[in-house]
Amino acid sequence: MAYIKKVLAKFIFVMPLFFSSLVFSESSDYNMPIGVTEVSESIFELHMVIFWICVAIGVIVFSIMFWSLWKYRKSKGAVAADFDDNLWLEIGWTVAATLVLVWMAVPATQVMVEAYDDAEGEINILITGHQWKWHYEYLEDEVGFFSNLSTSQEQIDGEVPKGEFYLKEVDEPLVIPTNTRVRFLITGNDVIHSWWVPDFAVKQDAIPGFINTAWTNVPEPGIFRGACTELCGIKHAFMPVVVRAVEREEFDAFIAEKVTLAEAERLLTSKNWTKEELMERGEQFYQTNCAACHQAGGQGIPPVFPALAGSQVALSDSAKHIQILMEGVQGSAMAAFGESYSEIDIASVITYTRQAWDNGEKGDGVIVTPQDIVAYKNRIDL
Amino acid sequence: MSTVVETHDHGHHGPAKGLSRWLFTTNHKDIGTLYLWFSFIMLFIGGSMAMVIRAELFQPGLQIVQPEFFNQMTTNHGLIMVFGVIMPAFVGLANWMLPIQIGAPDMALPRLNNLSFWLLPMAFGILISTLFMPEGGPNFGWTFYAPLSTTYAPSTVNFFIFSVHVMGVSSILGSINIITTIFNMRAPGMTLMKMPLFVWSWLITAYLLIAVMPVLAGVVTMMLMDINFGTSFFNAAGGGDPVLFQHVFWFFGHPEVYIMILPAFGIVSHIIETFSRKPIFGYSSMVYAMASIAILSFVVWAHHMFTVGMPLAGELFFMYSTMLIAIPTGVKVFNWVATMFRGSITFETPMLFSIAFVALFTIGGFSGLMLAIVPADFQYHDTYFVVAHFHYVLVPGALFGIIAGAYYWLPKWTGNMYDETLGKLHFWLTFISVNVTFFPMHFVGLAGMPRRYPDYALQFADFNALISVGAFMFGLTQLLFLFIVIKTIRSGKQATPEVWEGAGDLGLEWTLSSPPPYHSFTVQPQVK
Ligand code: HEM
Ligand SMILES: [Cu+2]
Repeated sequence: MAYIKKVLAKFIFVMPLFFSSLVFSESSDYNMPIGVTEVSESIFELHMVIFWICVAIGVIVFSIMFWSLWKYRKSKGAVAADFDDNLWLEIGWTVAATLVLVWMAVPATQVMVEAYDDAEGEINILITGHQWKWHYEYLEDEVGFFSNLSTSQEQIDGEVPKGEFYLKEVDEPLVIPTNTRVRFLITGNDVIHSWWVPDFAVKQDAIPGFINTAWTNVPEPGIFRGACTELCGIKHAFMPVVVRAVEREEFDAFIAEKVTLAEAERLLTSKNWTKEELMERGEQFYQTNCAACHQAGGQGIPPVFPALAGSQVALSDSAKHIQILMEGVQGSAMAAFGESYSEIDIASVITYTRQAWDNGEKGDGVIVTPQDIVAYKNRIDL
Repeated sequence: MSTVVETHDHGHHGPAKGLSRWLFTTNHKDIGTLYLWFSFIMLFIGGSMAMVIRAELFQPGLQIVQPEFFNQMTTNHGLIMVFGVIMPAFVGLANWMLPIQIGAPDMALPRLNNLSFWLLPMAFGILISTLFMPEGGPNFGWTFYAPLSTTYAPSTVNFFIFSVHVMGVSSILGSINIITTIFNMRAPGMTLMKMPLFVWSWLITAYLLIAVMPVLAGVVTMMLMDINFGTSFFNAAGGGDPVLFQHVFWFFGHPEVYIMILPAFGIVSHIIETFSRKPIFGYSSMVYAMASIAILSFVVWAHHMFTVGMPLAGELFFMYSTMLIAIPTGVKVFNWVATMFRGSITFETPMLFSIAFVALFTIGGFSGLMLAIVPADFQYHDTYFVVAHFHYVLVPGALFGIIAGAYYWLPKWTGNMYDETLGKLHFWLTFISVNVTFFPMHFVGLAGMPRRYPDYALQFADFNALISVGAFMFGLTQLLFLFIVIKTIRSGKQATPEVWEGAGDLGLEWTLSSPPPYHSFTVQPQVK
């Protein structure tokens, strides 16, 4: 009997039926993803509990309302009663509303306590939001890298067809081991960003000057895609998060390789670089890290992002050029790149911008080497 | 108490002629009309910005505008709708109706009233002009979080700050006027607990405005100092705190969202009792509910900041306090339903909009309740789910309240009945398009589409196309509303003083002729 009533109620009210049937399906095309961690599953269940409570209240309130509208139409000769209060009814529904809220608050508090836990992880990763890319650093092993959007500009502009992971792919995903407690320490370099992976139910703001924490423990290998969720400027939609969870051995191998690479990079700093080598590396660096603002052809978007082609600094003031790259420009979007990139990267991109777009012919064409950057870092004129 | 109301017959009772009537007017009806037209024009300006946003989001990829312009559109759309449409429309309705509803000849401070209106075109002139400057207008969202709005902002942010200051002054002056009028100019016999609910809703709203507008002024002043005078309120590099910005902003911001809904509560209460032909159910609990909503609205602000990294106790406190607000909100909904219960109901356009208000605002309340659940909010926050929530409470909520009020009182203002057939057509087109636009936003939000994105992944494409179609339909439909209003001003069946069957007993406004005389209540009415 109760079952029949339930089914009937569903059929009478098209609206709740409409969205309940959509949402009931566990498809993450219209509902919150269940995710892969214990926390994300608890949150999904909590979400569904609250949702169904809301649907139930809605069905009750709306059915009384629409029934009254139907039953007491004037066109049907309804004559208005003239009561205008009823103390017990009013006390009754206030108490009922309170009880329902308590019923919601209990599981909400439990899940919150479960999700909120800032004990140390086995692996600790420092995540830094930059305009407009993420930097990941493995604190135990002191290696790190940037993760940039890898969808091409042509796809965005509609010149070529969009790929399957349009705007959800990066050149280098964050790699974490499975079945390990991983703690994220999240901060921002310039403005506020927010690091979100729906499948882990982790969303934390990346705020300059603060270090927030979040954690996860992923049971199965897989690739998980997320996004930046705090408006951070022009390319807010273009700095996705991609995390690859792998078995522990694969993870250890990954870290070992990163450590070797970092070692090799340190050796390279002392080698003598030719102009061509610097140019090649510099161009690549420029296109990934600088072109977003200063544009691929160096023309910038004045007055917000100055042009580099023909700029005085790039033509004739290499000392200032190094200083800007190392320290950033106060009060503007130009970040201090020296803090996060190697001497080789900085030297090669400076050399590149002093040569490209006729700057080499028009200006002094000074070549800046990694040793110059090391010298800048060791200067004593502070 | 009401000794101020002493009017002499001067022999010249009509308005001045030409432009000076509007520039120098101190008449509450003229100023009300100015506010309402201002808000209507801003609705179309802010609305066109929404059309640009929806056109860009119709398909994935960047087609129509570049991200820097897209961000200016979302920012200005939000600022204009909040400060330029909803708030001025409510002040316009207050100007027109408060004196008439309490039996006063005018507002208490008529010259101040003129000033608070004319500050608005200035404020919005400044704001909109920034869009034409080389660096472009504000592009950091209507919530303008630092340091995006300070260190990283275009230099036109200074114009934005000035414009916010001017809006704030206008609101504060308007609120002082409203409070003074309500406390000093009520007709004899109208005790506080006999005031019409619209008057009550505005009394509470005016206190909220006076309490929080200075906070908004404070936060933009701190920004101004950070940008131009080297302070570091919000600059971490100088020892400041970007999160402080959010605390101060939302301490203003949450009461602000109630500023945008309380007057609508008042309006629909009147409309529902009129067309149910039955007195409002639970008058005093309506008043207490509004007062408790207003008080609670000061202790829930950090529910907008669940992901900034607050301690566990903080998260739980703001979750519980936010959930508490659902109680008085629920009481109001139950009261409206109980008013309809055993009434004698007809479905004129204002009633249709009010019924839709009750139903759809409640849906916005449900999503609000879901958002209050902290762990779930980790998933919802800054996605389209939030966009769906606040559009449900603001469009079929606040805006429907305003439109319902306009239809309800238009015959009183103009002396002409509006065209009921067109009104109903307007309602149904609006009702359908509002849901086509905002309902699917729940789904894209849950599925993971962040807000303020000019471009998105392919999985969201179908819903976004549908949303855009709904939005275009909604936008076009409002041109019909403009047409209906103009048509009613120019012609229409002569309205009787009580306008709506039986409304004569419901309030003083229905005892005046339609349209009311330029100076109403030259003889003070008595309230039993
Ligand atoms: C039952 C009542 C309500 C509850 C429990 C509630 C709760 C919430 C919560 C928790 C958020 C933050 C979501 C997030 O950013 O993750 C939010 C956002 C918002 N709410 Fe409500 N709300 C309620 C009613 C209202 C009303 C009546 C209005 C306005 C008329 C309103 C306007 C807004 C706006 C504008 C935002 C988004 C602000 C932004 O980030 O741009 N809400 N609400
Ligand atoms: Cu709020």
